[in-house]
Amino acid sequence: MAERSFKAEVAHLRKGQGDIFTGEGILAITKALLENGVGYVGGYQGAPISHLMDVLADAQELLAELGVRFEANASEAAAAAMLAASVHYPIRGAVTFKGPVGVNVASDALANLASSGVTGGALIIVGEDYGEGSSIMQERSHAFAMKSQFWLLDPRPNLPSITKAVGDGFALSEASNTPVMLMVRIRSCHVTGQFATRDNRPPPLTVRDALAQPRRDFARVVLPPMSYAHEQDKVKTRWPAAQKFIAEHGLNERFGPAEAPVGIVLQGGMYNGVIRALQRLGLADIDGATQVPLYVLNVTYPLVPDEFEAFCAGKSALLVIEEGQPEFIEQQLAALLYRANSTLALHGKDLLPMAGEYTGQVMLDGITGFLKAHAPDLLPGQVRAPNTPPPALPDLGKTVPIRPPGFCTGCPERPIFAALKLVEQELGQHQITGDIGCHLFATLPPFEIGGSTMGYGLGPASNAAFDGGGARRAISILGDGGFWHNGLSSSIGNAVFNRSDSVVVIVDNFYSAATGGQDVLSSRAANATKATNNPISAALKGVGVEWIRQIDRTYDVPQMVAVLREALTTDHAGPKVIVAASECMLNRQRRERPLRAQAVQAGRRVEAPRFGVDAAICTGDHACIRLSGCPSLSLKRLDDPLREDPVAHIDQSCVGCGNCGEVADAAILCPSFYRADLVHNPGRFERTRAAWRESIIGWLQRRRAARRLRFDEVAP
Amino acid sequence: MNAPRLQAVAPDTATGEIIKLAVMAVGGQGGGVLAGWIEALARSQGYACQATSVAGVAQRTGATIYYIEMTPDRGGAPVFALAPASGDVDILIAAEMMEAGRAILRGFVTPDRTVLIGSTHRALAVSEKTVPGDGIADAGEVRAAAEIAARRLILADMDALAREAGSVISAALFGALAGSGALPFGREAFEAAIRTGGKGVEPSLRAFAAGFDAVTAPPAPAASAPAAVSTPTPSGPEGALTDWQGLAARVAALPAPVAEMAVAGLRKVVDFQDASYGADYLDRLDAVLKQDAAGRGHLLGVEAARHIANAMAYDDIIRVADLKTRPARFARIRAEMAAGPDHGLHLTEFLHPRGEEVAGMLPARWGAWVEARPERLARLDRWVNRGRRIRSDGLPGFAILHLLGGLRGYRLRTHRHAVEMAHLERWLDRALTARARDYDLAVEILRCHRLIKGYSDTHARGMSKFDKVMDGADAVAGRADAADWVRRLREAALQDVEGKALDGALATIRSFA
Repeated sequence: MAERSFKAEVAHLRKGQGDIFTGEGILAITKALLENGVGYVGGYQGAPISHLMDVLADAQELLAELGVRFEANASEAAAAAMLAASVHYPIRGAVTFKGPVGVNVASDALANLASSGVTGGALIIVGEDYGEGSSIMQERSHAFAMKSQFWLLDPRPNLPSITKAVGDGFALSEASNTPVMLMVRIRSCHVTGQFATRDNRPPPLTVRDALAQPRRDFARVVLPPMSYAHEQDKVKTRWPAAQKFIAEHGLNERFGPAEAPVGIVLQGGMYNGVIRALQRLGLADIDGATQVPLYVLNVTYPLVPDEFEAFCAGKSALLVIEEGQPEFIEQQLAALLYRANSTLALHGKDLLPMAGEYTGQVMLDGITGFLKAHAPDLLPGQVRAPNTPPPALPDLGKTVPIRPPGFCTGCPERPIFAALKLVEQELGQHQITGDIGCHLFATLPPFEIGGSTMGYGLGPASNAAFDGGGARRAISILGDGGFWHNGLSSSIGNAVFNRSDSVVVIVDNFYSAATGGQDVLSSRAANATKATNNPISAALKGVGVEWIRQIDRTYDVPQMVAVLREALTTDHAGPKVIVAASECMLNRQRRERPLRAQAVQAGRRVEAPRFGVDAAICTGDHACIRLSGCPSLSLKRLDDPLREDPVAHIDQSCVGCGNCGEVADAAILCPSFYRADLVHNPGRFERTRAAWRESIIGWLQRRRAARRLRFDEVAP
Repeated sequence: MNAPRLQAVAPDTATGEIIKLAVMAVGGQGGGVLAGWIEALARSQGYACQATSVAGVAQRTGATIYYIEMTPDRGGAPVFALAPASGDVDILIAAEMMEAGRAILRGFVTPDRTVLIGSTHRALAVSEKTVPGDGIADAGEVRAAAEIAARRLILADMDALAREAGSVISAALFGALAGSGALPFGREAFEAAIRTGGKGVEPSLRAFAAGFDAVTAPPAPAASAPAAVSTPTPSGPEGALTDWQGLAARVAALPAPVAEMAVAGLRKVVDFQDASYGADYLDRLDAVLKQDAAGRGHLLGVEAARHIANAMAYDDIIRVADLKTRPARFARIRAEMAAGPDHGLHLTEFLHPRGEEVAGMLPARWGAWVEARPERLARLDRWVNRGRRIRSDGLPGFAILHLLGGLRGYRLRTHRHAVEMAHLERWLDRALTARARDYDLAVEILRCHRLIKGYSDTHARGMSKFDKVMDGADAVAGRADAADWVRRLREAALQDVEGKALDGALATIRSFA
């Protein structure tokens, strides 16, 4: 993390016995790792777990004191592979990434790890990016636990429960020689709260110590015949051991009266939503004391049949609350009940939706429906016979515009896509694929460039079918994050090897920007613990790309257009790769703004650029916006009866990147744009010269003004 | 959504005392800072509190939501929800007008409980900005819905208040929250939360105060002065002023609704050229007014006054150069940039003339000769067509623009002027021909001049749309609903750039035949 400091958060990690931590869930997990004697931590950034990585990256001093190794892994696969240290050594290790996409990438390593089994506790912390605010496909990480036989924790979403799950996870992993996945949803990662901290515990055996006495155990290697033995071991030894541990240590929880005709089985992560629905029905109090029995699965895989049967005893109906699809837990519970010849009515996805987030209203409707059918007496009269309907509201559905995320003000990627759009206007529509990263916003209006995204670093690979060429070359986009994650081999190597005729645009913004501005191999910043400044173009040459064009100022739209045109029309055989490099504006501003303010304060000469539009010259066609979408380039209605359409307007948030002026030039739009450079603390010579210039200009202006009719100019 | 509305019937009063607060914002507005202040405030006042957010990529200018629950700390462990539920929000803070609309749409604002604190300013969504015409969403509809949906409604331009205080909107909203009294904490406690935050404390406190005052002592709505039709009094050389007074007298004699528009129109064309050009404008307008009908509210005259002025004040190089070199412009930009006397200011213009623009500047016959043959125009284009960055605050740059802007005396002899006037006459003729049979059709044809705007390719595209709509107008002339069709064609033309909607509408018209 070059441009943002997490020193304040690091201070939280130093809290000890008797202190209270107040803050976000993901930071609490980070603290819990240190309290539980973790020996090494790794991962790959992404919402909602970036914070864990960012904070540990800034906590090198503390980690060194404890003897904990922190690694910012190249990918989720690399992170999961790092857990191999816990296979032979009794060292606790934890890695983190987002789910399910990160789990997809890591699944090869995870499957091997699960087959080998572990000696030290191995914890995979997955930030499940599902439901509102998610940026990825909607799937569940749950299936990975089932297919590879590792265990899945889904703790109640409060800080004491989440941090307890970290310790439970390590212990469960060691008791059953199986890796454990701790799943936390987006909101659990960002939820704030408090928990009582304990002292940090250095690992009994550090990774550094382990290197002095290397170990190997052939029985852990995934090769026949051991791989067959592993499968048997999983179901005969590790699984029962896990169930025993879960039951003995009470990892799952029961709330509410012991005896009742109905009950609810839920994932731990659903607990607060269920309680809120019960609170609204008058069936739970503020602290969660409920009148409906709850069986809370803080471990959602494996299930513990004995516990479940005990919960079912005496009940006639059960509701399973399991978010996402398919309903793995409900199916397993149904099988258990069927085998036990139970007559108990099992509800779940029949009363609750199969797909989509379980929001407050969904939960309320589902639980109400269940209780209406099986325990109507519990419900307040209002619910059984609702009276007045809510007032009718005007439908705003057509009024309120959608507001998807987009490029930030001054983003260096905007001119790349503006140029691409201009080239397409000239040469026709092209087959274009996108990749994962900020640049994927180009698929949205106003650019609407790129029609698919197959995975991180896979943009060029997903154009492979078109590598043979045709009427117009296929184009793919790849970010610097994706390039180093997977793209160098899977996309670029693939293109070189297959003699691809396509064009690749690598968006190099100096950071893994979409995930919060972490450094990558090609970052320009100096990083005390990481090797940066490895140019992408050097890697391209190394892997055999011959046609490489490096652009070091993406805002130069005419040059971008020229290079894209060249790539699309050159006779060169083999992949054409353009590296379009300019620093992420968000991070650049983070670094430069305070420095600039300091310099102005100190009396040094500073130029601050900003763009503007002459309202009288703008005709309100908005062509500039269709090639920009910049948040600071907006519209303004004029107080002029002659002008019916709003005109373009640049607000104060403009950072003076230059895109709109460049685009107005390159696309030959209009002469309305101007750049104003405000010069702070100009020198004496500069001031004198400016005054002299102004006096001449002023004389010319007055001379002309005297010869014409002048109206008081109303500032437009 | 059609499920029965449930009433919370809390078994213990404590559950009912949970305060549920949601902040709906646009990524980059500082919603996280606001949520942080509210949480710190609640904890400092002995409340148990929980905040959640959905960060991630939504932070990049997308719609975001922060959610906070709090209740007096009784020593227990209250169970709070992680997301707002429809019908179950006490305080909704919307940091932008359409986000207030989104909150209502999602059911987070209900008349039984919700205090809605919203900022009336607009951060336009991309879909609103890219429409070639006017695609800005109607904030009035959101306001109307908010008045029904909210238990209590507090609306003010929090963004402007914050900017005036040199801060950002989160501080003004925090002030409005304090002023609303919706949270049971005193003003000092709010301010202490800002101080504890420790960043930009003084500007934040100023914006906080502005937001607070906006709620507690809302400014009396400024009595909007009735827009009287008053002709502006320009200054200038004696002779020109006399000419102007003559023109002003002519305008004053026009029917009131037309006069209002004609004042603006006259000013525009005189500013574009001179008083005699203004007289031409009024002559053209008079010709239309002869065929106007008072019974129709002089609609024809009003539209003619508007669009003839726009057509006569076309955008040529002279006009652009003139506007770019005026003293008022320099003063305006200095003010917008907050440039003090000790600041320097550089101005760079982004100009890109093509062969067409230069040909337009040639004397009429010469320009027509060049444009008559594509290869002549192409040669000219090769000479001139390139992007030119001109420093209009520097002497060479200013001199060029000043010279070009001074060519007004020559303008009426240019090729461009001849082309524009021919087009203007054809368009007016078409409207007046239609007038003989169909008043409404004539009005709609006049209004179609709105389609012509922009420069270079954009201008050409506008022209081609205009021509298409005119063809459509010819095709429907004689039908009872001809005017309505022309209106629909024009609106379709303004919907998208490529003119897909327009082509669709034209296809429909052709199917009549």
